[in-house]
Amino acid sequence: MSDDATDLTKRTDAPATTEPLLKVEGLVKHFPIKKGVLQRTVGAVQAVDGISFDVRQGETLGVVGESGCGKSTMGRLITRLLEPTGGRIEFEGKDITHLSVGEMRPLRKDVQMIFQDPYSSLNPRHTIGTIVGAPFRLQGVTPEGGVKKSVQDLLSLVGLNPEHYNRYPHEFSGGQRQRIGIARALALKPRLVVADEPVSALDVSIQAQVVNLLDDLQDELGLTYVIIAHDLSVIRHVSDRIAVMYLGKIVELADRQPLYERPMHPYTKALLSAVPVPDPRRRQSARASRILLRGDVPSPISPPSGCRFHTRCWKATAVCKSTEPPLVELAPSHRVACHHPENAPDQVPTDTEPLAGTPAEDAREVPAADGAPPG
Amino acid sequence: MSELESTVGRSSVPGPRTEDDVFLSVRDLRIHFDTDDGLVKSVDGISFDVRRGRTLGIVGESGSGKSVTSLGIMGLHRSRRARITGEVWLDSDELIAASEDFVRRQRGRKMAMIFQDPLSALHPYYTVGAQITEAYRVHHPVSKAVAKARAIDMLDRVGIPEPHKRYAGYPHEFSGGMRQRAMIAMALVNNPELLIADEPTTALDVTVQAQILDLIRDLQKEFGSAVIVITHDLGVVAEMADDLLVMYAGRCVERGTAEQVFESPQHPYTWGLLGSMPRIDRAQTERLVPVRGTPPSLINVPDGCPFHPRCPYADIPEDNVTRTVRPELRETVGSGHFTACHLPQEERTRIWTEEVEPKL
Ligand SMILES: Nc1ncnc2c1ncn2[C@@H]1O[C@H](COP(=O)(O)OP(=O)(O)OP(=O)(O)O)[C@@H](O)[C@H]1O
Ligand SMILES: Nc1ncnc2c1ncn2[C@@H]1O[C@H](COP(=O)(O)OP(=O)(O)O)[C@@H](O)[C@H]1O
Ligand code: SF4
Ligand code: SF4
Ligand SMILES: [Mg+2]
Ligand SMILES: [Mg+2]
Repeated sequence: MSDDATDLTKRTDAPATTEPLLKVEGLVKHFPIKKGVLQRTVGAVQAVDGISFDVRQGETLGVVGESGCGKSTMGRLITRLLEPTGGRIEFEGKDITHLSVGEMRPLRKDVQMIFQDPYSSLNPRHTIGTIVGAPFRLQGVTPEGGVKKSVQDLLSLVGLNPEHYNRYPHEFSGGQRQRIGIARALALKPRLVVADEPVSALDVSIQAQVVNLLDDLQDELGLTYVIIAHDLSVIRHVSDRIAVMYLGKIVELADRQPLYERPMHPYTKALLSAVPVPDPRRRQSARASRILLRGDVPSPISPPSGCRFHTRCWKATAVCKSTEPPLVELAPSHRVACHHPENAPDQVPTDTEPLAGTPAEDAREVPAADGAPPG
Repeated sequence: MSELESTVGRSSVPGPRTEDDVFLSVRDLRIHFDTDDGLVKSVDGISFDVRRGRTLGIVGESGSGKSVTSLGIMGLHRSRRARITGEVWLDSDELIAASEDFVRRQRGRKMAMIFQDPLSALHPYYTVGAQITEAYRVHHPVSKAVAKARAIDMLDRVGIPEPHKRYAGYPHEFSGGMRQRAMIAMALVNNPELLIADEPTTALDVTVQAQILDLIRDLQKEFGSAVIVITHDLGVVAEMADDLLVMYAGRCVERGTAEQVFESPQHPYTWGLLGSMPRIDRAQTERLVPVRGTPPSLINVPDGCPFHPRCPYADIPEDNVTRTVRPELRETVGSGHFTACHLPQEERTRIWTEEVEPKL
């Protein structure tokens, strides 16, 4: 366990040299779309489409992006709850890409997942004791002092009353259920915890309790986290490094501070500018600098050619439509996939003509509001 | 209701301050539900005004009574088990005592609502266009063709591409953001003077949220409507609201202009909300400052101050008053800024400036 991970004040400079705990290369997941009585495959949802990143020992990697961009699919791939269509996943140097359920079992104790919905992720017919103790039974391990004692220790670890061992999930609030899910994930002392939207279903005050809990547990147990969320404020608070996803791709990957202060990908910039600022005096300036993206994220069944963001990007040119920009390092530890990045040298400076049919020139305009309606 | 009398015409914001300016006035509204588990006091004595051209933000966590309040104003609690008392003045009409028929005629025309879930407002079996056309014809004696033109115009104005084509689309064929826009088009088709938006963007991504909030703001500016934005997101209210009301356990615990509540919040629960929220616009804090515990059940609301089991300052007011006497809203620092809390003012100011604010 490196000191950096346990010292909160140092979390901005994540350990750069340690061997990655998890290494992901060119990861792909396509869900086939079947039609008709013959269930012929007529296409595929390109949920995750060639992503590469490392997760370093003791760090928190945050993953952000809009709904449907493939965050949960990525999380379920790296925990091997899903079978990848392509690419490679290494955990501590071991290739786990295509391990069977049986072959994964010994690794299960090292890699755990916390799910988004604290309501549906717990079996309502099982007691808290049974739920939190399940990993021991599945792994066939008897912890020191017995299962019951371990479960009660876990419950106190996550701030629940150990006496509640025999209660059922419905007797707990959303925040408490999320703690139960966390306790279950921690039972086998995992090395890597993938948390998919761990706080988004919770109220603000409870959200803060769970964020602090995850933080304390990381310090205490030396955990490595991949935290998936769509809330950019939460992600900034919890992460050392952040991956921004758009339509199945990672478009930017950087340490927290440079990402928030000098985002390079236009999509990241637009996302950050869209976050409402809880300061009424700044609302004018926040609005003025806001980049309003038009429309919605395109379908992952037939994503746009070249750069997938080109249909909504105000900087798009011909090359953006024809050629996919590679994810390259344009500043130390700051990788971005864009031909014309912000806060970095233009990668294709010769291509300057705005792409027709895209918001390349007028993205800051508000949707039409001209003329008074009749009646 | 002394606090209400003093609010009218007492805003710190310049502009007309006559009574006439108040378009909606809610007084001591109580909405209780008889359930098998007991009486749920979802809204328990809440009062506020909304003026034309202004936006009131209502914030509170889930279950604090925000939606029940808005449905109450709209006259949409049809359950026999709902017990509603108090007054809702819309323009110059009182709606709680009015006939159901009268309230129905106000809905859609004088007041309209945007819901969190657009599918709850849009019928799955009719095209989006037909529903907007119908919403217009209910209040306007015009031909179908005129109403259709109006509907297409509205779809265009809320930013739906190719409104002529989209007119014939069904709700399930629209994306989440587009459905939300279609519902807004329907809510606004009759130029309502009061618009209630209940978590209008909670289910949406930030980029779409920014579009929708912008849209609501522009339309309000154009028509000068009174708007209520209900949300649990302090960022959203800070962007939208002129005035702010913080709800806890079916009651208002703090009320003032948005600047007052964000800059010198007075209630310990408001402090808790601010401390719980990671802020993208500030230097990184090491730790969030959560509110301990969980929100109370509205069947067994704690005696005295409903926030006392979670309040770190509950022992400061003398004689255990916090646990026995319900604090009424009182005007604190600054005119038009109200708080329901027993803390003595000096103590409150000291806690905010010395203990709470430095950690945000
Ligand atoms: N089992 C599946 N079969 C078919 N398509 C799927 C399946 N699981 C996910 N998808 C699709 O893959 C894409 C990515 O989904 P994913 O759940 O990873 O998104 P996400 O980024 O987690 O979104 P959210 O923020 O809404 O949780 C979506 O278009 C989704 O509909
Ligand atoms: N029809 C009903 N019958 C009984 N209880 C209800 C009913 N509608 C709402 N409630 C309860 O009233 C309280 C406030 O609900 P609501 O206004 O929906 O909260 P929110 O602030 O999240 O919008 C909750 O405890 C809810 O369960
Ligand atoms: S500039 Fe081009 S490559 Fe960069 S995000 Fe925009 S469309 Fe994509
Ligand atoms: S009245 Fe007492 S318990 Fe309630 S908020 Fe004020 S100090 Fe806290
Ligand atoms: Mg997801
Ligand atoms: Mg609600």
